[in-house]
Amino acid sequence: MAEPSVNMHSPQSPRLEMRRITKHFGATVALSQVDFSVAAGEVHALVGENGAGKSTLMKVLSGAHQPDEGTMYLDGQSFVPRSPLDARHEQVAMIYQELSLAPHLSVEENILLGMEPTNKWGLVRWEEVRARTLETLAQFGHAEIEPQRRAGDLPVSARQLVEIARALAVGCRVLILDEPTSSLSREDIERLFEIIKKLKEQGLSIIYISHFLEEVQRIADRVTVLLDGTVVKTCDISTVTPGEIVQMMVGRTVEELYPRSTRTPGETALMIENLGGNKMPESASLTLYRGEVLGIFGLVGAGRTELLRAIFGIDPVRQGQIRIGTITGPASPKARWRQGVGMLSEDRQEEGLALDLSLAENITLSRLKGLGPLGLVLPQHQQRATQRWVEGLDIHCLTSVQKVVELSGGNQQKVALARLLQHDVDVLLLDEPTRGIDVAAKAKIYQVIDELASGTGTTGRKPKAVLMISSYLPELLGVCDRVAVMHRGRLCEARPVKDLDEHQLMLAATGESGVA
Amino acid sequence: MNITELFKKLAPASHNNATTVKRLGWLNRFGPLLALLLVYGFFALLNARIVTFMALETIIQQSVIVGVAALGMTMVIISAGIDLSAGSIIAMSSVVVALLIQSLGLSPILAVLGCLLVAAMLGFINGMLITRLRMVPFIVTLGMMLAVRGFAKGLARGMPVNVEPTWLNELLATLPPDQKWLLIPPGGWLMLFLAVIIAGFLRYTPLGRHIYAVGSNEQTARLCGVDVERVKQFVYAAAGAFAGLAGIMLTSYQEQGDPTGAVGMELDIIAAVVIGGGSLSGGEGSILGSLVGAIIMTVIRTGSQLNGWPTWVTQVVTGVVIIIAVVVDRLRHRHLA
Repeated sequence: MAEPSVNMHSPQSPRLEMRRITKHFGATVALSQVDFSVAAGEVHALVGENGAGKSTLMKVLSGAHQPDEGTMYLDGQSFVPRSPLDARHEQVAMIYQELSLAPHLSVEENILLGMEPTNKWGLVRWEEVRARTLETLAQFGHAEIEPQRRAGDLPVSARQLVEIARALAVGCRVLILDEPTSSLSREDIERLFEIIKKLKEQGLSIIYISHFLEEVQRIADRVTVLLDGTVVKTCDISTVTPGEIVQMMVGRTVEELYPRSTRTPGETALMIENLGGNKMPESASLTLYRGEVLGIFGLVGAGRTELLRAIFGIDPVRQGQIRIGTITGPASPKARWRQGVGMLSEDRQEEGLALDLSLAENITLSRLKGLGPLGLVLPQHQQRATQRWVEGLDIHCLTSVQKVVELSGGNQQKVALARLLQHDVDVLLLDEPTRGIDVAAKAKIYQVIDELASGTGTTGRKPKAVLMISSYLPELLGVCDRVAVMHRGRLCEARPVKDLDEHQLMLAATGESGVA
Repeated sequence: MNITELFKKLAPASHNNATTVKRLGWLNRFGPLLALLLVYGFFALLNARIVTFMALETIIQQSVIVGVAALGMTMVIISAGIDLSAGSIIAMSSVVVALLIQSLGLSPILAVLGCLLVAAMLGFINGMLITRLRMVPFIVTLGMMLAVRGFAKGLARGMPVNVEPTWLNELLATLPPDQKWLLIPPGGWLMLFLAVIIAGFLRYTPLGRHIYAVGSNEQTARLCGVDVERVKQFVYAAAGAFAGLAGIMLTSYQEQGDPTGAVGMELDIIAAVVIGGGSLSGGEGSILGSLVGAIIMTVIRTGSQLNGWPTWVTQVVTGVVIIIAVVVDRLRHRHLA
């Protein structure tokens, strides 16, 4: 991959070159002999599943991590950033997925934070701050953002622009965009693409990290696919199809990734009618049967998570009906567990798991009954129950009394899922079950979901009902039997996946056409 | 060799195999005990008198009040809370039990029960304010600290309440020669008995496990169907009751109800829990550790006195020990994470 492929975008030597980068974390190899380069005026997409090494590679580039082996060159000069600040001085800027503005400061204060121009008394020269802010914002056609506004009051898309403006104000040769569109509306995405084009014309090198392959195809000149810390391929975007990219990303065929046993829909497990929460959802109705996987797609902020939380009794219910089996009415999480409903939180770090407690504590927390005589909880029983899932879900850990915080993201997620299996619930509410985990763990979770819905395998013989939220379309189409789209708090009717494709779902999610 | 390196030596490469995890678990559980032996050994080298039975008896005698209150405080701290009103509740109970016996003429056993009820109610009010009004425990219990102290003084009219001696006074009295076989005063045995009960409760009952879960991650606990409010309510009420028992011990020890006693003792109690491995961010703490923490502080005090050190030295040493305990705790966590 070191020799540049036929590439009209890099006439001279590349702007940035990373050669044979290797990085270990303890025993795990995060990156192995990775070659990566970007030319001036090129948009180079970096794709790969979570855990493939994208963010590690970018952290090496932005100075947050030091590589164990390998060299980097910036415009032919050796580039050895010791810290993100170092990298900024060399004009390598990274825009993170989670935006990093100070919400209480104004736009202009944010843009020039840490490099405020001062006069001879050491006081900030505010006229210059204002002038430079306006100039930078005008540079990519967003003069409508007021420099005095508090950054926290701006909508997400504008905040992102401010971040980019911050990078440009300092001067920038390489701009790294990490999943920049994940929280943007379609309109804002278009505007971002315009800006990227403009920056590209100005000769900036842009590294574009994204899950959305359509975007990658539109915006990028070249693409590099990472899998398990190695480069699978770097090539011109015009020479590959999205299907081929997916195949390279997961290292296995789609059929292997999404197993599908025979599923037969049975009795109604969960029915909601006209359900509304405090703010979200506005109104949602659906029927979920045993023996099926029902997916809910929508943009961030569409109210999907709130819907699940309302069903599970974490958030209050404003209107509508919830029926679980034969029981009607809202309830607390405690009552839901008793009714055989379990929920997997989208945020395993903050909500899903008690990270400082052991696997055994986490897996048995929702049901401590039956783990010893006289209602007592005996640690041996907890550990025995845990051992079953450690084996069944292939959780990599030292012992069942190990703290969950020490596990990898994928294994943590398996622990969170194991709680639902240990409780033996009939209805599983899964909120982004594979967010931020590696391919192997994903494959395992897809397999378990299939086993649950079809009533095969180790998870019990009776088919369960699975309601699953995801923002990742291939996953929804691969795993689910039906998918419903949520848009601005309203849930559209679910349709069988065989009648759907990614494009339709995306349009429905952005409100441009109803899939109903 | 700096302390980080030392620690790495003590706990090598924790990720490699299961036995190191076990070894670290052992270190976690018995770390405070090890510290106690170190401190005790240190004073023993300086002055052998600290290893006599009489010194041991004194050490336990003087650890009981903080130790008993620490049983409740440990639960509060495990649940990621704090109870600053403990010292005031101790004083209040000390006054209440004295008044019940002296003014109302109740039998000691009824007085004790009544006093425990009052103390538990005060803790319950803490819990109500924290769970119903969603106020921060620090502020609620800070307010209660002042209010309860005021009430205690008002009740006692600002004067100590003298009590005629009853069997209650023998709880913490120095053992008479014919009862030396008891080794430590009955109050000490009561503390150890309660400690075993509470340790078992925390480890083996659903409510006990829920206290850890709430402290480790409240949201997770709620997601898992734990009634978080009820758990907190319980924890503060229990902390009140244990502070009440400590107050009874105080009356027993001083032979009077003391409205101005135990000022600032909540900090000693919190320190005992922290020395014993409790984390103020919740999810961690052990009964054994907290008792050992209480005893360590008494050993320092007693040892200093035996050596004729001035009080200020004792305070400096105690402060340093608390800080070391927290530093070691941080290092341990950094290493495990």
